[in-house]
Amino acid sequence: MIKVNHLMKNFGDLQVLKDINLEIGKGQVVVIIGPSGSGKTTLLRCLNLLEVPTKGSVQIGDLNLDFSGPVSKKQMPQLRKRTGMVFQSYNLFPHMTAIQNVMEGPVTVKGEDKQKAYQKAKQLLTKVGLADKLDFYPFQLSGGQQQRVGIARAMAMDPDVLLFDEPTSALDPELVGEVLKVMKELAVEGMTMVVVTHEMNFAREVADEVIFMDQGVIVERNTPDELFTNPQHDRTRQFLNMLK
Amino acid sequence: MFLSDRQFEIVQSSFLPLLKGALVFSLSLTAITFVIGLVLAVITALARLSNVPLLSGIARAYVSIIRGTPLLVQLFIIFFGLPSIGITLDPYPSAIIGFSLNVGAYASEIVRAAILSIPKGQWEAGYSIGMSYPQALRRIILPQAARVSVPPLANSFISLVKDTSLAAVILVPEMFRKAQQIAATTYEPLLVYVEAALIYWAICLVLSFIQDWLENRLDRYVAR
Ligand SMILES: Nc1ncnc2c1ncn2[C@@H]1O[C@H](COP(=O)(O)OP(=O)(O)OP(=O)(O)O)[C@@H](O)[C@H]1O
Ligand SMILES: [Mg+2]
Repeated sequence: MIKVNHLMKNFGDLQVLKDINLEIGKGQVVVIIGPSGSGKTTLLRCLNLLEVPTKGSVQIGDLNLDFSGPVSKKQMPQLRKRTGMVFQSYNLFPHMTAIQNVMEGPVTVKGEDKQKAYQKAKQLLTKVGLADKLDFYPFQLSGGQQQRVGIARAMAMDPDVLLFDEPTSALDPELVGEVLKVMKELAVEGMTMVVVTHEMNFAREVADEVIFMDQGVIVERNTPDELFTNPQHDRTRQFLNMLK
Repeated sequence: MFLSDRQFEIVQSSFLPLLKGALVFSLSLTAITFVIGLVLAVITALARLSNVPLLSGIARAYVSIIRGTPLLVQLFIIFFGLPSIGITLDPYPSAIIGFSLNVGAYASEIVRAAILSIPKGQWEAGYSIGMSYPQALRRIILPQAARVSVPPLANSFISLVKDTSLAAVILVPEMFRKAQQIAATTYEPLLVYVEAALIYWAICLVLSFIQDWLENRLDRYVAR
């Protein structure tokens, strides 16, 4: 489903990602952990091309883009359409209601019929537990509710992969659970997901694989059980100890 | 009252011509040039924000020239200057061109600042659901930028109403030119100019009410 080969990203002289190689199968849930500044966000953003990689290739489904050479402007939106992104700060459109937020992609980007898009958006919002909040503006919703709208908005485009960048770290502790619950349901339904998070319980329960990143490289990757109980590298061990 | 009968009569008889000058010329000039100016402003702001050096260069030069020269001089160049290279325009079209160019330059700075004030995450959220640059601009950024720019643009609009009095110098028969003519024939400049001033003031008062109403309306999706 996702294949990343020799991916590199520099910001000026700063090498943020150094030779990342990654393969994620359909329906897999991969959790990325690592210290601040290790490049987790940058890796996610390279997967949906909010950052253009400096070198290497990104493949999603059967579309492969190689950034070692020039990449056609047409293909970048193609790749982007296959991914959905859930942001740490939600980034809902403040001038639109919850349901308008969710309908926006299908209507504007895919040109879907409004009536049809409305029905689908309603279903999605019902699924994330917001059936009674369709016509609320973002400022009228709690953080947890906003983030669930964010998930529904990403789902509305029928992406092949959902990317989550610390989806719960801006939330009050009592609101974290409702968002994680929605994410768990998606995982159970077979959604392919890449999740950057500090929620170790979520990783333990839901992830097929946990990746530990540090200083722009993947230090180790393993099943959650193995990685948490039996880390192979000192850096991983140190990081896990720090969390305890 | 402290007006003599004759003065009272002058006020009475000049009121309608002045009001007509205001409605037919001052306000129409304001409305038309504001709309054209806004379109120019959005185009200019986008050109300045683009990463095509030629486009942003042209936009920058345009804004710099208009902001760096007096409106009065610009109007003179268009109306009295251009005929010497064979372009002769009537007063009203000259004023439309001059004021539109002026509004375009000043408002482009407002629009540009408003666009820049929208958080980067909004663009990214648009891109993340597959939008192109024009789609994100039209659906996500400009509606929010519009809200931000309403207060400063409303101020520009109200200034513009008053600035249209400058069109008198290129012979547009708007309110102030009417006032000059009446003052000259009646020898009551103080009276007539104060009367014109009061009419400007009344118009601006009405406009500020409209401004308040608009701002309240646009605030509805923001927590207060
Ligand atoms: N647009 C940018 N320009 C320059 N440097 C950047 C940019 N974005 C990220 N960086 C740098 O890249 C490095 C990795 O950042 P990144 O946001 O990917 O880390 P992260 O693992 O997500 O950290 P955190 O856990 O704090 O979110 C950091 O040193 C950061 O300062
Ligand atoms: Mg991050």
